[in-house]
Amino acid sequence: MPQNEYIERHRKLHGRRLDYEERKRKREAREPHKRAETARNLRGIKAKIFNKQRRNEKIQMKKKIKAHEEKKNKTVSSENVSEGAVPVYLLDRDVKSRAKVLSNMIKQKRKEKAGKWDVPIPKVRAQADAEVLKVVKSGKSKRKAWKRMVTKVTFVGEGFTRKPPKFERFIRPMALRFKKAHVTHPELKATFCLPIIGVKKNPSSPMFTSLGVITKGTVIEVNISELGLVTQAGKVVWGKYAQVTNNPENDGCINAVLLV
Amino acid sequence: MSSEEVQRLLCRFVSETGEVAGDMLDLPPECTFEQLTLICNAIHQKEERVPYRFFINENEITENLEKTWKLSSLKTENVVDILYQEQAVFKVRPVTRCTSSMPGHAEAVISVSFSPDGKHLASGSGDTTVRFWDIETQTPYHTCKGHKNWVLCIAWAPDSSKLASACKDGKIILWDPKTGNQIGKTLIGHKQWITSLSWEPYHRNPECRFFASSSKDTDIKIWDSVLFQCVMTIAGHMKSVTVVKWGGSGLIYSASQDRTVKVWRTNDGILCRTLEGHAHWVNTLALNTDYILRIGAFDPVKDVNKDTYMTDKKKSQDFALKRFKQVIEPIGERLVSGSDDFTLFLWDPEKDKKPLARLTGHQQLVNDVKFSPDGRILASASFDKSIRLWDSKTGKFLATLRGHVQAVYMVAFSADSRLMVSGSADSTLKLWDLKTRKLEIDLPGHADEVYAVDWSSDGLRVASGGKDRVLRLWQN
Repeated sequence: MPQNEYIERHRKLHGRRLDYEERKRKREAREPHKRAETARNLRGIKAKIFNKQRRNEKIQMKKKIKAHEEKKNKTVSSENVSEGAVPVYLLDRDVKSRAKVLSNMIKQKRKEKAGKWDVPIPKVRAQADAEVLKVVKSGKSKRKAWKRMVTKVTFVGEGFTRKPPKFERFIRPMALRFKKAHVTHPELKATFCLPIIGVKKNPSSPMFTSLGVITKGTVIEVNISELGLVTQAGKVVWGKYAQVTNNPENDGCINAVLLV
Repeated sequence: MSSEEVQRLLCRFVSETGEVAGDMLDLPPECTFEQLTLICNAIHQKEERVPYRFFINENEITENLEKTWKLSSLKTENVVDILYQEQAVFKVRPVTRCTSSMPGHAEAVISVSFSPDGKHLASGSGDTTVRFWDIETQTPYHTCKGHKNWVLCIAWAPDSSKLASACKDGKIILWDPKTGNQIGKTLIGHKQWITSLSWEPYHRNPECRFFASSSKDTDIKIWDSVLFQCVMTIAGHMKSVTVVKWGGSGLIYSASQDRTVKVWRTNDGILCRTLEGHAHWVNTLALNTDYILRIGAFDPVKDVNKDTYMTDKKKSQDFALKRFKQVIEPIGERLVSGSDDFTLFLWDPEKDKKPLARLTGHQQLVNDVKFSPDGRILASASFDKSIRLWDSKTGKFLATLRGHVQAVYMVAFSADSRLMVSGSADSTLKLWDLKTRKLEIDLPGHADEVYAVDWSSDGLRVASGGKDRVLRLWQN
């Protein structure tokens, strides 16, 4: 084993060989020839490995050349002005990019009246009653079968009190009740955990809507006041619709896209 | 003393500066506000009837003497001091509607400014242009291309003959509002963006030759707008300079993100004093002479001196000087600074480096602060959605104006100090009455955040611009 950096020390004391530069130049000049010869003579798996490595090297080389060229051209291409101008007093603050104020309130209202939306998921698989509602046997000898248990995720309003068992036809299990949804703003590309206000429409059946069943494709109303959107009149918008994009009963969470 | 004897109050009138006007008067308690106004006019021997406001112990007399007097619980034996405040003779009518929305800019409108004489309107935008607008026909007038980056601030010369605009690249260009052409060459010197511009006051130099600029690169530069070169560079701040104000008494005030306000002498750029006190960035400065310095020699009362560069310069300079002296006579030049530490400081920058008062109450950073044109009230706009009114003499808190649902960016006073308009991130402007201290009119219309608001010096119009790229004009 070599002790200490004796080669470096010698170099420092006596310098390199006198023909060092010349030998180095020649070795480098020979390098392509040598490599070409190995490439020509290699066979089988070794050739494959070699070629792959060589290809990667070339890619890296080209990338480097490109980067250098870009660096040289820097002065030419800096003329375009960046978008999103802000006044001086906001320049040093990192202002969150906020969504535009609702573009057209009238259009939105008209759409609401017609009950039609341009939703992200237009076609939704219909949920059969049998799939959503499980029959619960009741009575002393379990002969009666008029009770139903909802097997999907539901939203239950805040002030809801369950009916006495005799009259409760639909049971919405506590474990499947949800209060919040992860809502993505499509323009901001940001997701917020927002409280649910209500279920606007479950496309499978109006009964599910009234029960508050949330399945994939359901349009829910969420509270977006913390996003800070404002109407043209300067009022804070707080309720907005969103469509559920996942299967909440499978995932344990509600993901939705805001309908802008 | 019988009970049927008519009760009398021994009163005297006291001005804001503490001078007693006229002799002592024996007034009946049911003496109304109108009668008081008549007496006060007679004492001062005014030819035209001047409106006044009267106070007893800081309670305003709204109906008659007795009610206010009882409020302040004074004894009958003492002399009652009635403080009188002269109000502006003219009255600005509140703006109520949007008369035109002028599209044209291709990016957010960052700065809007009326010329001192109220005849021209200019706006700077993120689309690198400065635009002049014809306010009579409410149409675009000139589009000035020259900048290569966002136009951050614009400033009119006090004689309205030039407009200086500064961009994010740190370049300044002077424009001629008549032709829309660039005057001279581009002023290059700042290494980073320019945060504010301020012209030399008219009463010091009616030629309107010099102006100061502050920049992110910690420097203040004074420029010559005739030779198109930098006259002086004032360095001393450690961080970005946020505002520069050219005061009326030979001083330049600058606020910086290094938590200080510095006072410089204009002649040689020597630091006079450093005003320390803020715990965070200082965002904004305001002088009680701001309005007077801005309008130069223009007279909103008689609507004269509109073409100051045409008339006799000496005369108009004297006029401006006289009016300036009138404003600073009672309390001198006062400075107020608003900061990121949610407070404001009131300074007497000519004499003292200790603050006169610390104005606390905001729950978010203070973005803009303005003195009313008569210098009695100051208003601060904050990101906590409120505007607060303070007494500019003592710094006493007067009122909070709530109504906006998002950060308030800017406020602007009307020329008669009776009204105020504010622009906010919630896309509305709101008009406030300063007498009742209530919301007068809500002015929706913008589709997005309002970045800049300005009230013309003749009080006829309000202009606003914002993120929705249109410039809006509001009239009554």
